[in-house]
Amino acid sequence: MKVLFFGSLREQLGTGELNTDLPDDVDTVGQLLANLQSQGEEWKLALGSGNVLFAVNQDMVDETMSISDSDEVALFPPVTGG
Amino acid sequence: MISISVQEKDFDTGEEYRQLQSGNTNIGGVAIFTGQVRDLSDNPLKFMRLEHYPGMTEKSLQQTAEQAAERWPVVDIRIIHRIGDLAPGEQIVFVGVSSAHRDAAFAACEFIMDILKTTAPFWKKEQYVNGDSDWVDAKDVDQQRAERWQGGD
Repeated sequence: MKVLFFGSLREQLGTGELNTDLPDDVDTVGQLLANLQSQGEEWKLALGSGNVLFAVNQDMVDETMSISDSDEVALFPPVTGG
Repeated sequence: MISISVQEKDFDTGEEYRQLQSGNTNIGGVAIFTGQVRDLSDNPLKFMRLEHYPGMTEKSLQQTAEQAAERWPVVDIRIIHRIGDLAPGEQIVFVGVSSAHRDAAFAACEFIMDILKTTAPFWKKEQYVNGDSDWVDAKDVDQQRAERWQGGD
């Protein structure tokens, strides 16, 4: 699956895109966040603020949204346009 | 009709207004909001860098405009949002709404700006003259303004 990062998250993680297999125990976008947080200290630091928004296939969703391997998932901080 | 543009180049507010105003004798007015880069910080701003999520940005703005068109009797909606590096004083955003009556035009224009602020995937980073930079934090007041619209008009 494709996981995209934007804004300060992209900068903190040093990457804007991750291509990875959906882990077996991950069914929702919230579980994906928890899985990514466990990948190392810098992931925990960047993604552990509790202030991460989710989009699945370019629609904003909450953490309970189901995801599959073919989805485009994006994680980003609260938006600041306008 | 809804028209959305996400672009680096500047826009001509007068020309956008004429597009909304002309050729429609069924409208009674046009409400327009334009936003621009401000410099209020103690640390002088060199420019504002606007990042976005290509694809989702256009989809999000289209959905917001469609929600406005369902809620108020509007004729045309035009949204332009710029990306890239913008200096203080440069225009960032244009929202224009034409309608038979001013109440619908005012409300739809304000609704679009309030929802855009909290849902459209843009992120601002301030780049200062001294070389420092800071991501702009989302504001609680913007969230509160967006939530006002959930209860009805």
